[in-house]
Amino acid sequence: MKKFLNSKDDFLKESLQGFGAAHQDIITCHYDPNFITRSEATKRGKVAIISGGGSGHEPMHGGFVGYGMLDAACPGFIFSSPSPDQMIAASEKVDGSAGTLFIVKNYSGDIMNFQMASEMMTGVSETVLINDDVAVEDSSYTTGRRGVAATVIVEKIVGSLAETGGSLKECKILGDKVNRNSGSMGVAFSSCTVPAAGKPTFKLGPDEMEFGVGIHGEPGRRRDKVQPAQEITNELLGVIIEDLKLENNGEILLFVNGMGGTPLTELYLLYDNAKKTLDNKNIKISRSLVGNYCTSLEMQGASFTITKLDQELKKHWDSPVHTAAMRWGL
Amino acid sequence: MGTDFLIKNAKEIQVVIDNNASEIEKLDQEIGDGDHIFNVQRGIKLVIESEPIIKHLSMSKALNQIAMKILSGIGGSSGALFGTLFMTMSKVSNIDDGVDYKKAINMFVDGVEAVKQRGKADVGEKTMMDVLIPVANCLKQGIEKNKDLKDLMREAIEEAEKGMLSTKDLLATKGRASFLGERSKGHIDPGARSSQLMIRSVCMSILNT
Repeated sequence: MKKFLNSKDDFLKESLQGFGAAHQDIITCHYDPNFITRSEATKRGKVAIISGGGSGHEPMHGGFVGYGMLDAACPGFIFSSPSPDQMIAASEKVDGSAGTLFIVKNYSGDIMNFQMASEMMTGVSETVLINDDVAVEDSSYTTGRRGVAATVIVEKIVGSLAETGGSLKECKILGDKVNRNSGSMGVAFSSCTVPAAGKPTFKLGPDEMEFGVGIHGEPGRRRDKVQPAQEITNELLGVIIEDLKLENNGEILLFVNGMGGTPLTELYLLYDNAKKTLDNKNIKISRSLVGNYCTSLEMQGASFTITKLDQELKKHWDSPVHTAAMRWGL
Repeated sequence: MGTDFLIKNAKEIQVVIDNNASEIEKLDQEIGDGDHIFNVQRGIKLVIESEPIIKHLSMSKALNQIAMKILSGIGGSSGALFGTLFMTMSKVSNIDDGVDYKKAINMFVDGVEAVKQRGKADVGEKTMMDVLIPVANCLKQGIEKNKDLKDLMREAIEEAEKGMLSTKDLLATKGRASFLGERSKGHIDPGARSSQLMIRSVCMSILNT
């Protein structure tokens, strides 16, 4: 394993300290328990939007704390849910007397820990559960679809509503709506290595790809020989389009997300290929996002996320945002 | 038994888990994401490190202290589930007036029920509940029938092993292994294996006293 680290035990702490120092104009890192908040206190009457999850997906979630997006983020250990004390401390710190909305990805550990936090904390809270990964068959007999890159879209749009005075209930309803209107699917060319483990989470041959991979290196639908980018694009988008039942002339947001180890050059190539596929189907890309936003450590790979748009979602997507990883309109 | 029982067992569990760490890690890499063993090791270390505080506490406060340490120190599913186990045990009534084996078993049975609620998982879903639930049932029936303690410990060891092995052919329907669907079959669940090892360690410790 080759990684920039001094000791496995200090890996996360040193990374958080660096993040805190580099972006001190926007955020403040708090330790024991670990959480990240905006540098400025929450306005009274504003709903506090808090997300969290295992580390290793940077810039998600800490990179999305700031004006127009999150009020706080709770980073767990690498690929491991944060614990209730983090969420409780964060919600006390950023409380604006209008309640707390938790944005949680659909994994057993995250659900249990956020649930315990809601039970143990004193304030009012609601939860938006993200489950956009169409690679996983949804059924009441399984844990269900995973929460992946659409989390970024939900955090941006709900963050905008909260900034402009949306109530806790309105934020919850909008968050659920964005989740319902989003679908994602990814492919991996290589595994990732959790520092504490020291070796790759799974093995892929030099000419193989994992189709429908999860953001922790969980297996997807199948393993296959690497195909030309256009073919991979067609297949990934095909599954998402079918799941979202996209129609002719429908407007969408197209998000090409890197898993951490794929250069932007290739992500833009994928955007080009996706545009060709969508043009052929008369699906209109009216908003776009390309980059490494929801990563899996150093995994080589990418995912597509499509969100169906309407006037309300477009307005909140375009509104100003000022975070470490996303900044526009200001 | 007093709080020294908790620390003594944590230390013994640490040895057993460390000796089987690479096997548990491998099982988790096959059907999970490979972090289970580190979570369990970190949790045990935190419990042992809290010995100076715990030994001066009452049983209920000691168990609550362990629960909070596990909850915040492990994180993930393991933290929430094991934290729930100890937090529930700490709330069983009158445990500060003394805990005999019968009461300890009742505490464990209540704890397992709470873990079942928290994780919304039952027997047959390829999780640690395939070990914990049969062991809790076996112990509960054992004390109802006033069985000999040592016989009961031997039965619990067998139940735990049987439950652990049963996960091999099960289809995972809870937790990250569920994303594998049919591909989850043929592998023992790492959480079931670590739970079985911990239960065996505690039962063996009681057998040897």
